[in-house]
Amino acid sequence: MPEKDSKQPVDNSRRNFLKNSGFALGGLIVGGVIGGSLTGQKEATTKEAEKVVEKPVDYNKALMFFNQEQFQTTEAAVECIFPQDEHGPGAKELGVAYYIDHQLASPWGINAKDYMQGPFYKGSATQGMQSPLRRAEIFTIGLQGLNTYSQQKYNKKFAELSEAEHEEVLTVFEEGKEFQLTGTTTKEFFKMLRSLTLEGVYADPMYGGNKDMQGWKMRKYPGNQMGYAKDIEKEEFMTIEPKSLHDHMGH
Amino acid sequence: MATKLPKVPVVIAGMGWSGGIIAAELTKAGIKVVGLERGKGRSTADYYMAHDELRYAQRNEMMQDLSKETITFRHNTKERSLPMRTYGSFLLGDGLGGSGSHWNGQTYRFLPYDFEIKSKTIERYGAKKIPEGMTLQDWGITYDELEPYFDKFEKMAGIAGDQEQNPMVGKRSNPFPLPPMKKTPIMKMFEEAAKKLGYHPYTIPSANLTDIYKNPDGIERAACQYCAFCERFGCEYGAKADPVVTVIPVAQNTGNLEVRTYSNVTRIIHDGKKASGVVYVNTLTGEEFEQPADVVILASYVFNNVRILLNSKLGKPYDPVAGTGVIGRNYAYQVQAGKAIGFYDDKEFNTFMGAGALGTIFDDFNGDNFDHSDLNFLHGGGIRVAQTGARPIASNSVPKGTKSWGKEFKSTSIKYANSVITVSTQGANLPYKHHFLDLDPVYKDAYGMPLLRITYDFEDQDRELTKFLAEKAGEVLKEMGPSKMQVSGELGPYDITPYQSTHNTGGVVMGTDPSISAVNRYSQMWDAENVFVVGASSFTHNSGYNPTGTVGALSYLAAEGILKYLQKGGSLV
Repeated sequence: MPEKDSKQPVDNSRRNFLKNSGFALGGLIVGGVIGGSLTGQKEATTKEAEKVVEKPVDYNKALMFFNQEQFQTTEAAVECIFPQDEHGPGAKELGVAYYIDHQLASPWGINAKDYMQGPFYKGSATQGMQSPLRRAEIFTIGLQGLNTYSQQKYNKKFAELSEAEHEEVLTVFEEGKEFQLTGTTTKEFFKMLRSLTLEGVYADPMYGGNKDMQGWKMRKYPGNQMGYAKDIEKEEFMTIEPKSLHDHMGH
Repeated sequence: MATKLPKVPVVIAGMGWSGGIIAAELTKAGIKVVGLERGKGRSTADYYMAHDELRYAQRNEMMQDLSKETITFRHNTKERSLPMRTYGSFLLGDGLGGSGSHWNGQTYRFLPYDFEIKSKTIERYGAKKIPEGMTLQDWGITYDELEPYFDKFEKMAGIAGDQEQNPMVGKRSNPFPLPPMKKTPIMKMFEEAAKKLGYHPYTIPSANLTDIYKNPDGIERAACQYCAFCERFGCEYGAKADPVVTVIPVAQNTGNLEVRTYSNVTRIIHDGKKASGVVYVNTLTGEEFEQPADVVILASYVFNNVRILLNSKLGKPYDPVAGTGVIGRNYAYQVQAGKAIGFYDDKEFNTFMGAGALGTIFDDFNGDNFDHSDLNFLHGGGIRVAQTGARPIASNSVPKGTKSWGKEFKSTSIKYANSVITVSTQGANLPYKHHFLDLDPVYKDAYGMPLLRITYDFEDQDRELTKFLAEKAGEVLKEMGPSKMQVSGELGPYDITPYQSTHNTGGVVMGTDPSISAVNRYSQMWDAENVFVVGASSFTHNSGYNPTGTVGALSYLAAEGILKYLQKGGSLV
């Protein structure tokens, strides 16, 4: 447990935390919402460890958007972007393809908060995205493109190619010269694939990737701690057991 | 037909910093105020799950819904303007607290030079130093005149900073109300390097409280926990000064403020001389209301302040060909491209810890703190190291030449995950005749009103400034001993796709001459004495600093003016 510091609400009871970080003024309470999550952290950690041993079913591992082939193509592509190595698991094991599936099924996947009114004109690249296509459509077209190109060049589906061949295909898509897609470009698709892969590796595990916070552990990132007030000045590097948003629930 | 509501003394459009400060000052004086906020209500209770990089930093949870309203952009009048369909260059705040809820809390005062930029430039270098087309103009107020209002803002927010006066910035009447932020190892390295080179570093003034603080309004808040989720996030501790935990509750406690959320002001009703109220849409029902008022205050973000005026046909729209008219004039931004990145092979830093306003800066190359005689640009920028929290989705720097994906990328990005230091620069942006805001002729918002159009590009001034600041940043970083380093001093055309800065300024600028300014020092419109337009829209140019401190000072000054106006009426100058 962290040491006591009268100014910083780190390990006190919920009541003390509220007293220190929230305040009452004329009946208004401001601050101190997360207070509840501070209590019983130790207990929670023990429970989590037990859960891992029991290997519960992960009901999150199912598909909201992809068909089976799209899922397999995505798994192969993300593994090539962020492969398994001596540091730890690759994107496939981290659940990144599930993450992408869930994102494409989300409001983000259909550009719910983007300006999608016409007319649509092609502008300069520095004027930004001007396509009427939704992200989920662009990704689907891109996945289809990976298979079409792989069939043309290697007479196989993308997922069936070797590691070296995966790299060759993705390099062609990244450069955006050799192969054309309808309605979008391989370059645009590749950019989305790369950023979705990094998101899936490093977003909170709640979203379906970053399995067991292993993405974070590889880079010694402690996830979402309550705060670092007592460590922020320290010279030595601190390796801290990561916490996820799940750790803030249930108190 | 709009439903006409009973008349109120004061109506404010927008409940961010400007609207909140003015609401607090007026309601404390017993004035009844209606605050119209187009977004939702907010409290710290909303931030239970706030430590979520994907939701807040990548998917912009706290920002305006662009499907309802955005801006359009073109580089020049020959190009077709196109809508900003998704977020990139800047992030538009939304909801109670506005941008004041998702900011970092870095709180500066613009320099004495800024407020008299044209006079002081001519005085030192002669009129020829100002390039053709640069519409530099004085603000119509001096630093010394604004100083008491900076002081007031800083005391309200609880700004933390070094207790001794820094020689590069305007003279302070009082020290910062709180001691500075804690110093991290990378801040110490930067400070030592800058001092060794003869510069004058100081701890970034911070609106993240460094101790429990009770402000003059009686609001008490807790200290910052350095949790590393600040910019783009709301603070669950209430430690970051935010209108929602400072001025808005003060105003609400008086019983004189009525906040109406989901209320989007579309236009001001006026007769060409005075306003009689505003029209707004309830965004939940689509119902239109007319709210009559004695005084109308626009305190929305820069773009929406300009848009409401243009859609209301109030004030003379700026004409970039003739250079006449004022609404939309002197749009400016921020020049941030210059930086130096250092990679350390054998050192790791706790850069995953942090706070929005945690860092060290020096201003030896900001404003006119250095001689520009032999330089082909004006003004300058701050050079700094900030430790705002290196979150893993966004922080994957690798040395130049490293592949951006695959085996090499993975191992290199992990190797340097905690071993990168960036010395960044924040350059001023000066106004040009052909940088302006007007209404887009094609694209409309969800309520059928024209979108605002930005016509803007970077100039040679900005390219020279970027190169200069990047070189200086590189020299400091070199002293900090990285294993590898790279300096970026190139600036291409303005690109709306990568995030740069949410420091947009101008469009309703202040001054003493109504032919080149829209408001006077009290943010009172020359063309309608009972309309006040408050915020960074009144900046005649943008300085090498974050703008909120100056917005806060101008808001307190405007509040004082509005109180005077309510008593006496007429022009305040």
